[in-house]
Amino acid sequence: MSAEPLLKVQDLSITFHAGDRANVVAQDVSFSIAAGEVLAVVGESGSGKSVSALALTRLLPPAPTCTVTGSVTLDGVNLLGLPEDQLAKIRGGSIAYIFQEPGSSLNPVYTIGFQVGEAITLHRPEVTDVKAEIIRALQEVHINEPERVANQYPHELSGGMQQRAMIAMALACNPRLLVADEPTTALDVTIQKEIMDLLARLRRNRGMSILLITHNFGIVANFADHVQVMWKGRIVEHGPVNEIMKNQAHPYTRALIACIPRLGQRRRRLTTLTDELKVSP
Amino acid sequence: MSAPAHLLEVRGLSVHYPGRAPWFWQTAEPKKAVDNISFVVPKGKTVGLVGESGSGKTTTGRAIVKLAPMTAGNILYHGVDIGTLSNAEFLPWRKKIQMIFQDPYNSLNPRADILSILSEPLEIHFPQMTASDREARCAELLRSVQLPAEHLRRNPHEFSGGQRQRIGIARALAVQPELIICDEPVSALDVSVQAEVVNLLQDLQEQLGLTYLFIAHDLAVVEHVSDQILVMSKGRIVEQGTPAEILGNPREAYTKTLLAAVPRF
Repeated sequence: MSAEPLLKVQDLSITFHAGDRANVVAQDVSFSIAAGEVLAVVGESGSGKSVSALALTRLLPPAPTCTVTGSVTLDGVNLLGLPEDQLAKIRGGSIAYIFQEPGSSLNPVYTIGFQVGEAITLHRPEVTDVKAEIIRALQEVHINEPERVANQYPHELSGGMQQRAMIAMALACNPRLLVADEPTTALDVTIQKEIMDLLARLRRNRGMSILLITHNFGIVANFADHVQVMWKGRIVEHGPVNEIMKNQAHPYTRALIACIPRLGQRRRRLTTLTDELKVSP
Repeated sequence: MSAPAHLLEVRGLSVHYPGRAPWFWQTAEPKKAVDNISFVVPKGKTVGLVGESGSGKTTTGRAIVKLAPMTAGNILYHGVDIGTLSNAEFLPWRKKIQMIFQDPYNSLNPRADILSILSEPLEIHFPQMTASDREARCAELLRSVQLPAEHLRRNPHEFSGGQRQRIGIARALAVQPELIICDEPVSALDVSVQAEVVNLLQDLQEQLGLTYLFIAHDLAVVEHVSDQILVMSKGRIVEQGTPAEILGNPREAYTKTLLAAVPRF
């Protein structure tokens, strides 16, 4: 592992403008991800975790609607200053995304094979046998009968299979960083485990970094190296997972961990954020 | 035990859908979504129904309120077989059995305001109510799910997921049901909001003496709310018992898989 992190985000602030109102959705967000590291960003809906991830490759609306300040450095290059055509190579190339609802992220009118192939031809023009590469990509995410699945349309697959296809598409261009935005929220617990195990294995095999966005500390504890907690657009706590799970400095972190029902620890009531959180920022 | 001791008793329920034959001279094998299951739901208790997607748990819940076609079996409610009734005959029973759905975004009409969403079941089941009575009742319903009564004139898009699920709960409560079938009521919600909705359901059960059939895929949530747990796989109930039995001593391999899938920390 080199001393210089793969991705470095400094003082990232995101503001949405509507008329004369300005809504700051992320403020002074700074973090870095080393090669091969899994960083989890945890927070409720509306805490700014997804917009921060989208801002890394400027996937937000353009300037008058949304302004982004700060710097995002990937391998020493500031992404926020790059022209659009160079940024397009980074998106899906060095930084790939998978989203929460695989059903609505896949294009319903093209086959799985076509969509995986599109990513390969766009980002890796040197590949000559695209078809073989599609099959290999589908095999890597443990899809049985990849030849058959490549000819199927998204609606013919289950949610778990759709998410595997999304991951295959994201990984087809050998990204250095995979941004997984709530990859298992729409899935069953058993499928959730399969997908998270798959991501863990792919990360080990490829030495890829993962930015994992979730609201569930249960997943974080089993999967991430570092965790940062976002609340109202700010990072309120940051550290290694083992330490934060044992010892939470911020009451919001404590509240997020306390409200998850745990097996074998039946309580009269579940703790809610309002019970736990009686401080103001 | 005599049948009326339980609020709901399901005997040998099957829901089969016609399959597709590979060739026309062959007979199609039916798709057995639910295959010969039996269970009881005692009054005032919560029975949890867990299983993966496709295990038939949602179909079971829907078959009880005639939203899925029953192929065989009996559904006894207070000892009366409601499974064989026509839709018209079933109407008075539908007032007793209500449903809460998984996706709070898709289960509320986006063009209607909250007042008309909550009034509709009242208009159907209590036609004698006047408009002002209905409005007063709707305001009371919103307060019972901890939302301010001023929100009656708003539309669904103005609410967050957790608030919408509360409105879904208020709609189910409108007709004063005895049994509520909760079909994955918290699966689409954030963990923090999930805790609030689960607590609300438990408070309402205590205040109103409700009985729940709680359908979910997350064993941790089901364990928390249930008095009795049914584990479903491939259309059959593979295991049932109290939460302590299911967790402490799971007999079926499938139950163990479900338990292993819950993240621990």
